[in-house]
Amino acid sequence: MTTCYSIIQTGTNRAFAKDHALIINGGNSPDAMIIFGSEAATALKSIQDLAAKFVVLVELDTECLGTITGETRGLEGSNILGFARFRLGEGEPSNLVELVRQPKTSQSAIDAAKDIFRAAGLQVALCNDFAGRIIDRLVRPYYNAALRRLDEGLASADDLDTTLKLGLGYPEGPISLLERTGLHHHFDASQALFEAYGESAYAPARRARVAKQRQGK
Amino acid sequence: MRDIKTIGIAGCGTMGAGIAIVAARAGFRTIVFDERAEALEKARKQTQGFFAKSVEKGKLTPTQVDVIMTNLIITTKIDDLAQCDLVIEAVFEDLKVKHALLSALNKVCPAYTIFASNTSTLSITEIAAGSGRDDRVVGMHFCLPAQLMKLVEMSPGIKTSDEVFQAAWTSCLTMGQKPVKTKDNPGFILNYFLVPFNNDAVRLVESGVAEPADIDRAIKVGLGYPMGPLELLDLVGLDTQLLLCEALYGMTNEPRNACPPLVKRMIAAGHLGRKTGRGFYTYKNSTMFGA
Repeated sequence: MTTCYSIIQTGTNRAFAKDHALIINGGNSPDAMIIFGSEAATALKSIQDLAAKFVVLVELDTECLGTITGETRGLEGSNILGFARFRLGEGEPSNLVELVRQPKTSQSAIDAAKDIFRAAGLQVALCNDFAGRIIDRLVRPYYNAALRRLDEGLASADDLDTTLKLGLGYPEGPISLLERTGLHHHFDASQALFEAYGESAYAPARRARVAKQRQGK
Repeated sequence: MRDIKTIGIAGCGTMGAGIAIVAARAGFRTIVFDERAEALEKARKQTQGFFAKSVEKGKLTPTQVDVIMTNLIITTKIDDLAQCDLVIEAVFEDLKVKHALLSALNKVCPAYTIFASNTSTLSITEIAAGSGRDDRVVGMHFCLPAQLMKLVEMSPGIKTSDEVFQAAWTSCLTMGQKPVKTKDNPGFILNYFLVPFNNDAVRLVESGVAEPADIDRAIKVGLGYPMGPLELLDLVGLDTQLLLCEALYGMTNEPRNACPPLVKRMIAAGHLGRKTGRGFYTYKNSTMFGA
């Protein structure tokens, strides 16, 4: 049985168009709720009887779920989960939703959340509440390395892209992918991780920094 | 520069056998050398099986296969490689082993013979330094399985002459492959990116960010990759990943190349991946559980 839910839209919503099944499937049910958009965290504060709801899903940007719910001694967790539909810069949003839980998040809320996303044709990767979640943690160092190696002349951009496509079956090489979806977006995502972890692999590569600095010029 | 007509393959493991298929299929006279007669025999059977399938699929005619098999010679005597214009070595990934082979080949082969190394992680210049002809050594890294994958990473060492690199490059094209030129850098392109990427995925498991199946799903659905990093590691083998890490970390000192402790623990527990029935996933009759 599909869980019924209501929807609150706040600020700008980059990940879901109005005609996406996740939006269309929304109704008036007070039992479950999805809060979309850039002001989702603020909107959550004005909702009454939060604890009475089966599940509350809050769309995240780069922040941790804990900034919204608060944290206590590693025992935090409730019926509130975070989520983010993965999208690389200006590329098409993917069908992957990273669903963020905390140590004590209720299993029934997790199950209901998976159910809601799957009913809308999305696939779910469950993860704990770490900055960068899953995909950004893995691809940002790889993209930075590719950009650095291009600068160092390891191979031409075309040969780098061709090698990774033919050798590993990636749908697109890193250089072409980053140029298509916006190098400055990569800068933002990677910089956020660099601030969170302080590891040099996340430090945005020179080409991403240049693209960022050229924004608005 | 002499035309390359006869290609030698030294080392008849999985890679060597695959490269031999590629060379023979393209019409080169191909001589496969390995001291282990049983490895040659195994490869010969697998090669016959491979070409039988090519005939079934209509890619080759039985007559073409007969010609190819006539041109594909196996030998346990290194002296038989004396006839080769190009010898591609695919022996164990260890500098001493490669030096021993190349210095033996240097005595057997004429001065014009080019030596190519299928190394995935070692330096071409370092391999060449033990060959006795370091201007005639090139990197020629085929992908697994070589008989199906077109990509070849080609790298010149510091002393490799331009005409030698060009001759090897041309032979690679004639083999029907897609060469890309890279510098002689640790891991070239593929392993330089892949080994630390896979290590990062292991570290996510290690630090409790997510379960293997969730990480793999995120990467496949979010990015359109054909396999997730942990499925891929199970296929490659955790023991192989450790060797790759040691080679790359030893040369680069980059923290992302350092082998994650979890990989070593899994090796100690015998969880090497598909080949032992358990890695990040559990396998039974090569079908996957838990994904």
